[in-house]
Amino acid sequence: MIVGSARLRLFQASASRTVGTLAVAIAIAAPVSAQSFLNGDWVGIFHEDQPERGPGPDLADYLGLPINAAARQYADSWDASRLTQPEQQCRAHVSPYIYRGPIRVRITEDVDPVTQNTIAIKHFLSTYAQERTIWLDGRPHPSDNAPHTWMGFSTGQWQGNVLRVETTHIKQGWIRRNGVPMSAQAHLTEYFYRHGNILSVMTMVDDPLFLEEPFVRTTNLQLDSNTTPNAYQAWLVCQGDEEVLHEPGWVPHHLPGENPFLEEFAAKVGIPVEPTRGGAATMYPEYAQKVKAMPVAKPRKTPSSR
Amino acid sequence: MFFVSFVAIVFVFSVAPGAQAPRAPNPAPSGLETLPVQGNVSMIAGAGGNVVVQVGAQGLVVVDSGTAARSDDLLAAIRKLSNRPIRYVINTHMHPDHTGGNDRLAAAGQPNSGRGVSQVGVGTAPRAEIIAHDLVLQRMSAPGGSETPAPVGLHPTATYSLPVKEFFTNGEGIQMVHASNAHTDGDSLVFFRRSDVIAAGDVYSTVSYPVIDAAHGGSITGVIAGLNELLALAIPGEKTEGGTMIVPGHGRISDEADLVEYRDMVTIIRDRVQDMVNKKMTLDQVKARKPTMEYDGEYGRAAGWSADQFVEAVYKGLKPTGAAR
Repeated sequence: MIVGSARLRLFQASASRTVGTLAVAIAIAAPVSAQSFLNGDWVGIFHEDQPERGPGPDLADYLGLPINAAARQYADSWDASRLTQPEQQCRAHVSPYIYRGPIRVRITEDVDPVTQNTIAIKHFLSTYAQERTIWLDGRPHPSDNAPHTWMGFSTGQWQGNVLRVETTHIKQGWIRRNGVPMSAQAHLTEYFYRHGNILSVMTMVDDPLFLEEPFVRTTNLQLDSNTTPNAYQAWLVCQGDEEVLHEPGWVPHHLPGENPFLEEFAAKVGIPVEPTRGGAATMYPEYAQKVKAMPVAKPRKTPSSR
Repeated sequence: MFFVSFVAIVFVFSVAPGAQAPRAPNPAPSGLETLPVQGNVSMIAGAGGNVVVQVGAQGLVVVDSGTAARSDDLLAAIRKLSNRPIRYVINTHMHPDHTGGNDRLAAAGQPNSGRGVSQVGVGTAPRAEIIAHDLVLQRMSAPGGSETPAPVGLHPTATYSLPVKEFFTNGEGIQMVHASNAHTDGDSLVFFRRSDVIAAGDVYSTVSYPVIDAAHGGSITGVIAGLNELLALAIPGEKTEGGTMIVPGHGRISDEADLVEYRDMVTIIRDRVQDMVNKKMTLDQVKARKPTMEYDGEYGRAAGWSADQFVEAVYKGLKPTGAAR
């Protein structure tokens, strides 16, 4: 079952990326004036990638991610204990990832009181209580010297009833919460589309530092008409605490070649190690033939991380 | 099904060709860009190192002065923030991309009442004070009669040699914290306490590895200590965003979360090189292992300070510490 799940994810990633790329490449029709009404409370459905989004990804599981060698080394070096640093405990997910969290989104609009044109669409995200503004008034993105934020700076444009959003100035974050990085130079393109009570979000991350190809995926949310205020209260306040006592400046990490967990996931789910290392080639259907010829990883003891 | 229908909709209705995010505004014709940081503090980029300006009723405090070549443009940019007199020029360290405009800015300024600043060799006209750590003055000057490494007009006129110098102006306390033997031996972190902004100088950069000027007392150990000192001074806002804002010597305005990534990066590279030093590897062997590889895209492209130069400076600054990990 686990093996099947892992393999399914391998091929779902292929399908997702292929269709997504096609969508972008082919979608060149003239814009249609009709817009959609996105306002309301939306909750995550979690039918995509549930094991990754619920329990969380295994260490060194980079399946389906078009990462390059730099990202791989970054993730191999990453030690989950880094999240116990007081400075890291309250960090939020970045905008390309946050809709995959235990998400609830309240979407509202800022309207010009005279023209009644929508100036901005706002997302209040329950996860880490992030507020995101998507400007629709044509303003430019800030300069390279401006600060970066977890949500970044977003501008939107209606294309028919699909809202296309471009986001820059995002802080360094992750595209999978096992250390797979997204750099502060990443550019996010999103498409928000409402069909009935479902809101679909397609995200495409271009990261010149850590990705070989754009990383594409979709996430669905469902309209919730019975939302109560306390649904948004759990993440309002965060304070870093002394979870583990260390000298100031302590930075846990694995030295290159010394991370003992790199084959653990492959052995656990009974697949070869190579596809778990990620890379653009691993997303394409033809890679499945190569996987069949690879030896399956064998379980072995892993010492404790330092 | 939802996914399929969503993709179908995107197929049919989506993007107009060439649709892109609007471009960032161009900087002024001078090439300098002024951005508000927070409180009374702004940043001017493009004059060399980043310049920080505090504006208040008592006049201006300017942290670093860019290059000499850009000092007229810098002064014009400062004048757009305020016409009040420049009272203090603070130097985070000695390098000419941070001190080159000292003379021009000081000459355009006036001392605070009663300070009576004059400078031997540059006339008797009132000037703004130039404050820095004493080691900055030592590096820029020379014993009497000798030719000085930097023109006299650039020299600090008020120095400190204790770990911290404090003064109060424009309604807020200003702390200068000595970060010893970091980028150089005379680095200061300049903290505007009410505005909650720190000018970090070249201890911190968002566009390069930390430049370690070993010839002037810089060291990897001091850089990491300086970064940790910055983290100790800064208090992040909710969800580690905002709060104390940090202006790097070069690059974008930052907060603690950005600084943490940088501190972690430098520490991880130090640990890797230290491990190889402990294993008695040569410098060439260390470079061949590419200990900075995943960070080179972000920090390894700076003109004049390559990843290899950084690794070499780290390597030469470390000694074996015992058994390899």
